Amino acid sequence: MNRFAPVGDSALLIELASEFTEEANRQVVALDQAINSAIGEGRVVGILETVPAYVSVLIVFDPLVTDHDAVRAAIDLLDTTGAAVVEPSRHHVAVCYDLGVAPDLETVAATSGLSPDGVVEAHLSGSYRVVMYGFAPGYAYLSGVPDSINVPRKQQSVRGVPTGSVIIAGGQCLITTIEMPTGWSVIGRTHFRVLPEQSSAPFAFRPGDEIVFDRITLDEYKATP
Amino acid sequence: MNTASLRVVAAGPLVTFQDGGRLGHLRYGIPASGPMDRTAHAIANVVLGNPAGATTVEVSRAGASFECVGSSMTVAVVGGRLRTSVNGAAVGANIVVTLVPGDQLTIASGPSGSWAYLAVAGELVARRWLGNTATHSLSGLGGGHVTAGVDVGVSAARVAPLLDGPVAIFPGNVLSDGAVRIVLGPQDHRCTAEALQHFVTVPFALTEGFDRMGVRLDGPHLDLDAALSIPSEPIVRGSVQVAGDGVATVLLADHQTTGGYPKIATVVGADLDAFCQLRPGDLVRFVPVTPAEAILIARTRAAAFEKFLDNELLSARRLAQRLAETDLIGDVGTD
Repeated sequence: MNRFAPVGDSALLIELASEFTEEANRQVVALDQAINSAIGEGRVVGILETVPAYVSVLIVFDPLVTDHDAVRAAIDLLDTTGAAVVEPSRHHVAVCYDLGVAPDLETVAATSGLSPDGVVEAHLSGSYRVVMYGFAPGYAYLSGVPDSINVPRKQQSVRGVPTGSVIIAGGQCLITTIEMPTGWSVIGRTHFRVLPEQSSAPFAFRPGDEIVFDRITLDEYKATP
Repeated sequence: MNTASLRVVAAGPLVTFQDGGRLGHLRYGIPASGPMDRTAHAIANVVLGNPAGATTVEVSRAGASFECVGSSMTVAVVGGRLRTSVNGAAVGANIVVTLVPGDQLTIASGPSGSWAYLAVAGELVARRWLGNTATHSLSGLGGGHVTAGVDVGVSAARVAPLLDGPVAIFPGNVLSDGAVRIVLGPQDHRCTAEALQHFVTVPFALTEGFDRMGVRLDGPHLDLDAALSIPSEPIVRGSVQVAGDGVATVLLADHQTTGGYPKIATVVGADLDAFCQLRPGDLVRFVPVTPAEAILIARTRAAAFEKFLDNELLSARRLAQRLAETDLIGDVGTD
């Protein structure tokens, strides 16, 4: 049963589950799409944006036009069970796992009882899905990191981790979009950019999309701009 | 045509370009950013005849100093009670003033307030990202940080000396006796009942951990129930998040868009601008209201602000215009 919780004067949170599962997140993606279809078709009014997360969807509304109860009533009327879900796209991301750009690869290997190459093979073998964007601009959280390389966050954040770093922690994977401190393990680097640098460019991923990582050498990484 | 600009002589940290905010991108991890005090920002623009959401320079308590270059321009400085001076002479807080080339405008920490908005009659030229000049301070995306040595371009600069003088302040943008209204939730059930009781009865102080992303509070330790690791859930501007150390943070304009710690309450929009103008050490009390009361507060506030802009600011502009026309007729008469 979904839990509806008011968020201040202009939002409503719908929690679909208390723990993350791929299935719960698929329902989040379906509900998010159903709400946005309803907005597009003018079947609900006053909703400004929606934010799909791991197991919840936030609905941000204009309090001058509608309120928590009206939004909830409108959502209750949506039939999400048969909602036509947008077909997920598959994106290929070329990653260089050379130790020169993967400062934590050896530590992850030691923690996991694998060789550095074993960690890379495990990372390449994962089936990744975009579960949500969160935290910082363009931070797309990917599920699907194999259990064999499920390492915890570091005790301390490391500063100055460059844009395009491929980082993992707690069964999740991210491609960094801005230079930020992070406590996640840096296991590779990519030229792939999730965040549009041009104002008009679209974001690379939609929640629900699938990601495939492909290995490239340091020379190949350096040869591409 | 003269090229007008404001040359940045000095600028402390957290002086940034801000427009009305980059709305609609929360789903991509991007908060709206925009002014910490949206009310003051809008007033600074409207008093000069600009659209309410036009680009301004947000000046933190660290202050900033600008030299008028190229052509005269009328500017407004509104927000808090930051000390404004022209060529070293104080002109008061919340003021419209016309600068001539060579004039130096300085905004510095005054008796109270944390953010002031420098608006220009005309248009401040700033880089756009996803359609807005609002700066996301962590990444610098958007118009960006305003730093010493930079010339901030002003296009279509206008001179309107009849507008010079104090700017009326919106009476609705104050906290009554430090009371900050909140709606409890969405994860207040993750707090112990005792902690929740403390949260709404004991005063909290703002700390030095205060930037555009949020402000850490000093107050009673807020115990969370055992289940600490909840799946990351969306955050809004005004979310009160309690971390594992029991410390509450109010998330502000450049907030992270999701977080795995419980968000036990949300500050109502009508109190958030005044809250942002507080300083470290200032005390607040959190006063719960129901979601329905919060909606009513938002609507009442929006109506009052619209009326204020119309009565106080636009009528002042119309008067100024009428005076200008009278002057013009007078000039013709004396020819």
